[in-house]
Amino acid sequence: MPRIDYAGVSCVLQDGETVLDGLLRHGVDVPHACKAGSCGSCLMRAVPPSVPPARAQEGLKAAWKARGYFLACVCRPDRDLAAAGVDADARVPATIAAVERLTESVLRVRLVTSTPFEYRAGQYVTVLRGDGLARSYSVASLPAAGALELHVRLLPGGRMSQWLATVEAGTTVQVQGPSGDCFYLAGREDQPLLLAGTGTGLAPLLGIARDALSQGHRGPLHLFHGAVSATGFYLQQELAEMAAAHANFHYTLTTLADDGPIDATVFSRHPSMTAWRAFVCGDPTIVQSLKKKLFLAGAALRDIHADAFLPSAR
Amino acid sequence: MSNPSSTVSTSLYEQLGGAAAVDAAVDIFYRKVLIDDRISHFFDDVDMDRQRGKQKAFLTMAFGGPHDYSGQDMRAGHAHLRAKGLDGSHVDAVIELLGATLKELGVADPLIAQVAAIAESTRNDVLGR
Repeated sequence: MPRIDYAGVSCVLQDGETVLDGLLRHGVDVPHACKAGSCGSCLMRAVPPSVPPARAQEGLKAAWKARGYFLACVCRPDRDLAAAGVDADARVPATIAAVERLTESVLRVRLVTSTPFEYRAGQYVTVLRGDGLARSYSVASLPAAGALELHVRLLPGGRMSQWLATVEAGTTVQVQGPSGDCFYLAGREDQPLLLAGTGTGLAPLLGIARDALSQGHRGPLHLFHGAVSATGFYLQQELAEMAAAHANFHYTLTTLADDGPIDATVFSRHPSMTAWRAFVCGDPTIVQSLKKKLFLAGAALRDIHADAFLPSAR
Repeated sequence: MSNPSSTVSTSLYEQLGGAAAVDAAVDIFYRKVLIDDRISHFFDDVDMDRQRGKQKAFLTMAFGGPHDYSGQDMRAGHAHLRAKGLDGSHVDAVIELLGATLKELGVADPLIAQVAAIAESTRNDVLGR
């Protein structure tokens, strides 16, 4: 069984165990959240000559891969591995500029990074509190806006979300990323775009819509925001203003209670997805189901960009 | 040129249209797989983008194109499906859908038969025989 060396601890992994689980079992406090290779909280660096398995580097930026970065939660090495924490330049300090309560269960958080931070609207970043607590959130803003706009769902007992609800403006956190390929790429400006999501899945969709419109997308953009009931909607005013300002932007609210699952509303309006480009974000079950249905309705798989919001594992 | 079978394979791939033909076929083929009640349940919980990559590798091989598939990969790669009851009828279904995909793309019957024969050659490995 492979041996892992990290932060002065040496541990032997059990059969099939991940580096993260092995270190946690040995009492090492490693930041983590999704435990599914997605959120980036458990990012580590392999110390040469150790090389991480390719699976543990999937989805990371090329520059990070080249430096041996990997995600401990999906790292099942077949040989010994020496690992260390990430370099300081993988994370930038950011100030919490504002926290707005949009509804009973959604916060809008604005972060200003201390140095310029490159990202595409719709990608996600990992926010790390001083004590290492980490959660990832999609970015709804465009880089030109100056502050990163995140939508945070307030969860009962949610350690990060409840902390953000009462945090003082001016508090510093660290921001890591960005990650994800759910964003708008210029080209094919006349293609119809579907933006469908539930809950705070609206954040990346709003970012993608802002990005596409600012880059002069000419085809129609159809945004569908789904919620269990109408109390789950937010930013209706801003979205209505976007629809008023852009003739090709269309905005539809749909509730599980009155309209059924979001795909029922989408496909009753747009039965064929042939030649469309689609972005789907939010609840993982809904995202997986929508992705399959969009594909079967004729969208090419490479034109379907999905971001499933995985719940935190602790 | 000393190996006649490789000459034939290359020309099959070229006659079908090479990588562009694989690209044209993969989404059509994958859709057929997902809606076919005989086999769709094997694909319920897979990552669709990864699965598309696997379908593409399979089609490239079946089209006589460059590939690094080995019988051992085929055996190991289908072990979890054999545990779920994968049998010869499912292989039949896949080969049938492969033929229907090519038909839809306007490929002539003799070429479809050659593709089906290559796919057929994986049967024993897929079924772990």
